[in-house]
Amino acid sequence: MLQPLIYDIGSPGRMGVNLPECDVPKVELPAALMREELPLPEVGEVQVVRHFVKLSKLNYSIDQGLYPLGSCTMKYNPKINEDAARLPGFAQLHPLTDESGSQGALFLMHELQQWLGEISGFEAVSLTPAAGAQGEFAGILMIRQYHIDRGEGQRDLILVPNSAHGTNPATVTMAGMEVLELPSNNKGNVDMDALHAACEGELRDRIAGMMITVPSTLGLFEETILEVIATVHDAGGLMYMDGANMNALMAAVKPGALGFDVMHYNLHKTFSTPHGGGGPGSGAVGVNEKLAPYLPGPIVEIVEDGTADREEPVGATYQVARNARSNDGRPNGSPLQTSAGEAVEPPLYGFVMPEKSIGRMKAFHGNFGMHLRAYAYIRVYGDSGIRDVTRYAVLNANYLRAKLMQTYKVPYPRYCGHEFVLEGHFDDAEDVHALDISKRLMDYGFHPPTNYFPLIVPEALLIEPTETETKADLDEFVAAMERIAEEARDDPELLRNAPHTAPVRRLDEVRAAKELVLCCAPAKAAASV
Amino acid sequence: MSYIPHTAMETQQMLAEIGVDAIDELFRAVPPTHRFPKLDLPPPMSEMEVAAEMLAISEANDHAQDFAIFRGAGAYHHFIPTVVNHMLLRGEFYTAYTPYQPEISQGTLQATYEYQSMMCALTGMDAANASHYDGATSLAEAVTVALEVARHRRKKVILSHAIHPQYREVARTYHRGRDIRIIGDRGRGEIVDLMEMLDENTAMLAVQYPDFFGQIDDMTALADAVHEAGALLVMVANPMALSIFKSPGELGADIVVGEGQPMGVPLGFGGPYLGYFAIRQKYVRRIAGRIIGETLDADGKRAFVMTLRPREQDIKRERASSNICTNQGLMALSASVYMTLMGKNGLRKVGELNYHKAHYAANEISRLDGYSVDMSKPFFNEFVVACPRPIADINKALLEQGIIGGYDLGQHYFHLEDRMLLCVTEMNAKDEIDRLVEILGGLN
Amino acid sequence: MGEWKTPAELKYAETDEWFAVDGNMVTIGITDYAQDQLNDIVYVEFRDAGDTVDAGDSFGEVESVKAASELYTAVAGEIAEVNMSLEDAPETVNADPFGAGWMVKISASDLSPLDGLMDAAAYDSYCDSR
Ligand SMILES: Cc1ncc(COP(=O)(O)O)c(C=O)c1O
Repeated sequence: MLQPLIYDIGSPGRMGVNLPECDVPKVELPAALMREELPLPEVGEVQVVRHFVKLSKLNYSIDQGLYPLGSCTMKYNPKINEDAARLPGFAQLHPLTDESGSQGALFLMHELQQWLGEISGFEAVSLTPAAGAQGEFAGILMIRQYHIDRGEGQRDLILVPNSAHGTNPATVTMAGMEVLELPSNNKGNVDMDALHAACEGELRDRIAGMMITVPSTLGLFEETILEVIATVHDAGGLMYMDGANMNALMAAVKPGALGFDVMHYNLHKTFSTPHGGGGPGSGAVGVNEKLAPYLPGPIVEIVEDGTADREEPVGATYQVARNARSNDGRPNGSPLQTSAGEAVEPPLYGFVMPEKSIGRMKAFHGNFGMHLRAYAYIRVYGDSGIRDVTRYAVLNANYLRAKLMQTYKVPYPRYCGHEFVLEGHFDDAEDVHALDISKRLMDYGFHPPTNYFPLIVPEALLIEPTETETKADLDEFVAAMERIAEEARDDPELLRNAPHTAPVRRLDEVRAAKELVLCCAPAKAAASV
Repeated sequence: MSYIPHTAMETQQMLAEIGVDAIDELFRAVPPTHRFPKLDLPPPMSEMEVAAEMLAISEANDHAQDFAIFRGAGAYHHFIPTVVNHMLLRGEFYTAYTPYQPEISQGTLQATYEYQSMMCALTGMDAANASHYDGATSLAEAVTVALEVARHRRKKVILSHAIHPQYREVARTYHRGRDIRIIGDRGRGEIVDLMEMLDENTAMLAVQYPDFFGQIDDMTALADAVHEAGALLVMVANPMALSIFKSPGELGADIVVGEGQPMGVPLGFGGPYLGYFAIRQKYVRRIAGRIIGETLDADGKRAFVMTLRPREQDIKRERASSNICTNQGLMALSASVYMTLMGKNGLRKVGELNYHKAHYAANEISRLDGYSVDMSKPFFNEFVVACPRPIADINKALLEQGIIGGYDLGQHYFHLEDRMLLCVTEMNAKDEIDRLVEILGGLN
Repeated sequence: MGEWKTPAELKYAETDEWFAVDGNMVTIGITDYAQDQLNDIVYVEFRDAGDTVDAGDSFGEVESVKAASELYTAVAGEIAEVNMSLEDAPETVNADPFGAGWMVKISASDLSPLDGLMDAAAYDSYCDSR
């Protein structure tokens, strides 16, 4: 153990916080309802700070270096986003504040809805889903309801390629539908024969839609995408795009324009909101006009037009929000002036539930803290910058790919999107596996790529550098990978026992799963009633 | 180019290595008719300008620094020791991801394990997961667990109408595609009414503790009745109330879920928050989402790792009971730091402050002409006030005096027109409460 | 290849269960090949004794740290007995898949589906080809 458990560093009676005395007359507590034990730690503020600082140092993070975890888009998380999120007007805003008192937040969400719609070519966007998986769930529920409303409730099959992320098939089941898995061909595309067979065979009337990731989880843009979409549409199904990989598509192609009916965005990937050691995420969904009435709610709409001209330069829009405050009668803020000097009323934003909404995905209105970070991110980059994000993400991935192809087996011979997969094993070093390469990378100071996903490539290492890495960083990563390839032949044990320099060595996962110690003993005292 | 570090020279070198002349050539697989659309987005902005814009937008909101808040209803304004934010701002925590590689993620893993432990301590359960999206989704996931425990042979789920209305809506959204019946919305929501709904087809019954109206019932008889019917008792509990009130475990709950926001997470316009989920040992393998367990490394050192992995979507795929992947990890860290700082004595003290202040306010308001406070049952920091005028009018008047008033219950419960749910926490000083009472007194 | 054991007297399914017949009582477990593929088995879960199952139904599940596998019966009938000792010692399935690692006994209503299963030689070559 590296840092004792917090329960083991306390002393009875110690406290990490000073609280004010009670300034109202005390009343009697209802004795019969009171608990006796509250087995929490007893530590002082200094110990708490040191404890968590020491723990933090056991982590690898983007702030420390390249984090090429494929499918997760571990790009730099701009610091200004964190400052913005902590502004009292955001951090201390109650979710049930009257609309007149939350015009700033509503304005921001409305803008973000518009921008996300523009980036992906969709008609309407709901920001409510809390993560990619929840966006998927919303999407499939919408598709389901769409068919039911058209009297085609028998459509209960969703096509899912075998390269899909696990959340896709799991989502289908959660929505009460069934997965029909499709094979991939040797170019990394969906097997078109299988697709045609499914869509044109006896199951045709049961096809509700298809979930597909673009570019695929192999990092490859589906070369037959238009045919895939047309085939499913012809069968009466709708197309869901898993947008986890939007970092490869912005200003390169709009999924809505390709014919997709619905997709989710991962604001915590493409739009730089931090991954937080496992979350929070944000999984906004975009839809075309067919599905717009079904969006999960609430979404933000302009409920009362202002006199502000929407064609005004966007640079002035924040003033619209700022001045919206005068709406509630409070003195703050002078009326907005147009460039011509006329006073204008800002529009009034409000929450609405779409007409046939599938309902709420979570309480309140989504992970707003992630919305505002994504807003700031898009604002910093603007039109030209967003285009560059994708261009340089794709450049970095192809550069790494070109370099690593010289040492490793790269299964699909074509340019990749923002990530690519290679095979982490060698014919002349059979005992070395992708996992060993990953663990050894830690000794060289890098976070490993994604291991064993997608499932269709043996010993897969899925590598996604993102656009925020320099050529020098990528070169260092390549050098480490090349050294590891040499070590695999010369000293395989070195890899099989790696990491050697990380805070701990490889863990006994069998023990963890069998003994199932999920909660430390002092905390259990309360549970044993 | 903001956060893109490439120089023109480097870009050229990289293109040469790839063997193309321009970045555009890397997009050949995109159908030419759809390639490179123009984006109608605003132009780029400097950091300075963006900071000013964010400030301006934020100030167009009525927030707790400018207003006294007496509104709760699922999101609570509590004191957050400054250390919480400082720990959260460590890039080592917030710029890492799911601890797939335990050797270099022990910080996240141990902090999460400690979070799980403290949630067990608070709820009286044996195991907790690393978080769900929020309290509402935790409840929806509890429904799935109960259905699985009943092997999908029981098809009825009872959700008390005194559970947060939005939580019930979310549970319904989650289970739209399933052949089950969710009932309990109608009626008075009294414990005896709920008991009558139980039968051999019931998979679970859920109650809120304290309930949406702030009140506390003794659940032991209910727990017995639920278990007798062969169903599970799920309690949606406000963790802050658990600082002083009996743990759901003591009362007989099988699963305890709820919103962790009161513990160290700012109001933030509704998210990110965290759903906590705790359960009895017997059902631990039904839990969805990440769970951290203790083990040893190759040298015999104690260390932590994600365990029970085969339940999850990446391994079990269409057979998984939930699709959750990314959770609310950083918010669990907030709760962890918060609970650690407060500790045994601090948290109890905060709980008591809430109790005394809410009761002071309730007593004062109950003396006002035209107002009555429902004190028929014990309550924690929220209570229902029947008012002499429409709540919208009252809240408007309060707002003019810098106070955000209670939640208008008539919005969701038509029999509760002209009633507001008031919330008083340790953040409301006595003079603030007195001011509220005075203004209300003038509005009768 | 073929380093796993495949007792000649048993029948085998493509989903890697083995079936032993004694009168109308059919004992089911998973093969040596399957336990080897799964690696350290950490958990087993079966349907209850007394439950009735149809041919093709799942009667339980095995888990290792990296995989979860559903278990299927080729015969219909009533689950007569469940090997409870595996709950505390799931590693027995790794150590002795055809002996102490047996999983359930089904009192079969019809033995004919077993005719459609593989014999040892066929199962061996099936595994070799995977
Ligand atoms: C391709 C793909 N789809 C979906 C998801 C699920 O997203 P989230 O983890 O935000 O729920 C992920 C993320 O891990 C992913 O990589």
